Amino acid sequence: MGLRAADDSDRDSDDETIGMIHRRDNGGASSAPATSSRWVIDARQLVRTYQMGQNQVHALRGVDLQVGPGDMVAIVGASGSGKSTLMNILGCLDRPDAGSYVLDGVHVDTAGKNARADLRNQKIGFVFQGFNLLARTSAVENVELPLLYHRNDHRLPTRRLAEEALQRVGLGDRMDHEPSELSGGQQQRVAIARALVTKPSLVLADEPTGNLDSRTSMEIMALFQDLNREGVTIVVVTHEDDIARCTNRKVELRDGLVVHDERLRDRVDAAQEAARRKSSDSVIA
Amino acid sequence: MRAATLIRVAGQSILRNKMRTLLTMLGIIIGVGAVMMTIAVGSGAKKQVQDRINNLGTNLLVITAGAATQSGVSQGAQSFNRLTIDDAKMLQSQSFTLMAVSPVVMTGGQLIGGQGNWRCRIYGVSPDYAVIRDWQMKSGVFITNADVQSARKVVVLGNTVAEALFPGEDPVGQQLQIRSVPCRIIGVLEPKGQTAEGNDQDDVVVAPYTTVQDRLSGRSFLGQILASTSSPSEIEAAQKEIREIMRDAHDLGPNEQDDFTVRNQNDLADTAQETADVMTLLLSAIASISLLVGGIGIMNIMLVSVTERTREIGLRLAIGARSSDVLKQFLVESVVMSLAGGAIGVAVGFGGSAIIGAVTGWRMVISPVTVALALGFAAVVGIFFGFYPARSAAALDPIEALRHE
Ligand SMILES: Nc1ncnc2c1ncn2[C@@H]1O[C@H](COP(=O)(O)OP(=O)(O)OP(=O)(O)O)[C@@H](O)[C@H]1O
Ligand SMILES: [Mg+2]
Repeated sequence: MGLRAADDSDRDSDDETIGMIHRRDNGGASSAPATSSRWVIDARQLVRTYQMGQNQVHALRGVDLQVGPGDMVAIVGASGSGKSTLMNILGCLDRPDAGSYVLDGVHVDTAGKNARADLRNQKIGFVFQGFNLLARTSAVENVELPLLYHRNDHRLPTRRLAEEALQRVGLGDRMDHEPSELSGGQQQRVAIARALVTKPSLVLADEPTGNLDSRTSMEIMALFQDLNREGVTIVVVTHEDDIARCTNRKVELRDGLVVHDERLRDRVDAAQEAARRKSSDSVIA
Repeated sequence: MRAATLIRVAGQSILRNKMRTLLTMLGIIIGVGAVMMTIAVGSGAKKQVQDRINNLGTNLLVITAGAATQSGVSQGAQSFNRLTIDDAKMLQSQSFTLMAVSPVVMTGGQLIGGQGNWRCRIYGVSPDYAVIRDWQMKSGVFITNADVQSARKVVVLGNTVAEALFPGEDPVGQQLQIRSVPCRIIGVLEPKGQTAEGNDQDDVVVAPYTTVQDRLSGRSFLGQILASTSSPSEIEAAQKEIREIMRDAHDLGPNEQDDFTVRNQNDLADTAQETADVMTLLLSAIASISLLVGGIGIMNIMLVSVTERTREIGLRLAIGARSSDVLKQFLVESVVMSLAGGAIGVAVGFGGSAIIGAVTGWRMVISPVTVALALGFAAVVGIFFGFYPARSAAALDPIEALRHE
């Protein structure tokens, strides 16, 4: 939170859109919460249509989604159901053709290109299926990267924050390793540290375990659960039901619509599950 | 993004692929090095010409027979005979601006004495000659008015002659036969080196013009008349005055052309410097083309780099880089590379110039302006050729870039 407080108090005012965003943000944070800011994600009637030559692909056809702070949500659905399209909009990488999206009190649909870049930088942490770490760049430098794009980066102890984030994901002893010197699970932890380093309101992970074996997947989910217990809001896209069962809520998409939205009673403890899989692995071996 | 951070990020990217970076910079290195070396050769030549012209004397005016044509060559063979001792005497007595005037009777001949014999030019002059040419004595004295009046058989040797005939000793006081006429050596001149045309100025014997006319050559006409003013500001006036006196002395009517030519040091320098300038320009133009090719090399590699790093760019955009950040990063990368290439090129230019100078004996001049110009040019090349790749990087859509394989 210290990060955002610093940037609110001393913001360069040359960008009007940003100024606007932060006024709204401050309003949401300090005064009595308005209806819209009870949610980290408040998306209503999102529509996204792709033009493919003559054809139109209706990737999203009116999606409603509200996610409160501290929640952990799984988005599931068949291939092509629109999960990634939704994630791109939630992550401010893409804009809906219709509908409204308020992220942590900020109206994203009216935000310009630079303002959305700044939102991604400060409010969102991305975790990708393919890790997307910079090659030949040490773990700590990879984690530091988002801070370098922070508009007030000269006030931040970027290196120290990056080291803290790496410690938080259990890689305190791998700071100077390059991606090629790390396992897939470790690379994804570095990516998660990179997502966390700006202390975002929301972590978005599109199939974060898609490239990992089942035990490592559980370890990554255990890390997400740890972060979630500390209050981080997390949305995970997954194909796998056992991954979805590690979350608090499962939202199912089909053909661009939410067809199922359920709270999961007792989520699986991913750490225990990972330990169980580890022992069964060794039995098989 | 702060400038320091920007440079750091660009630096990281550049250092991540050292071999490619080096190859990218190679074009700039060669280009800047080549430009530096050609300019060094050119300005060296110019400086050398300048020095040699200055070396001729101070505020020097040269009067030769024959009218100057456009190309500076005298016309009409008969007009060569028309400078006389009387002309020199007229100038001496009638001019107000000239500080010194000396006729120069030019001949050549065989010298015998000391260690053997030697052929060289023989100049018959007056005592003013040493003043006009600003020529100091290495030993002994220069000829005097008394020497001229009595046509004494005394000579002053140029340094080359002295060293050829009397190696390791002072010839002053010794005897010498010029065309079988015995002469006494009264002095040796300080070495002056080569002229702009590459003639050895020290390969000469100087004697009173009366002696040369009466006893050595028998010729009465002069090769040239040298004169000088006491300050550079008087040269123009002197030139005008000389013309009037000479036209009067030669009885030229108002419609008749000058049958003589008066040139000052700048006139002499201009032709030589023009050649050096044209050469420098031509060589620099060729060298600049290599710089251009280097710039295209940078653009090429940067474009490849943008394609290769599409996912990286997508990631940077996803984690909050603005398009302008990406644009700046790639621009800074190309400028840093071309500046680094330029700096190495400057070093190569210095090294190459030293080698060229050592091998050929040419004078090489590298001024701070040249260095600044070379670096500035490299930076401009980096910005110019880096802009298109940088813009295409900044225009990438983050979603598509992240999906790029
Ligand atoms: N850039 C695009 N241009 C055209 N159509 C697209 C584009 N991106 C996605 N689509 C289409 O939109 C629909 C939803 O795609 P999306 O990527 O959101 O699916 P998904 O649920 O993430 O699938 P998967 O589980 O395979 O990742 C698909 O029919 C897809 O073909
Ligand atoms: Mg997808």
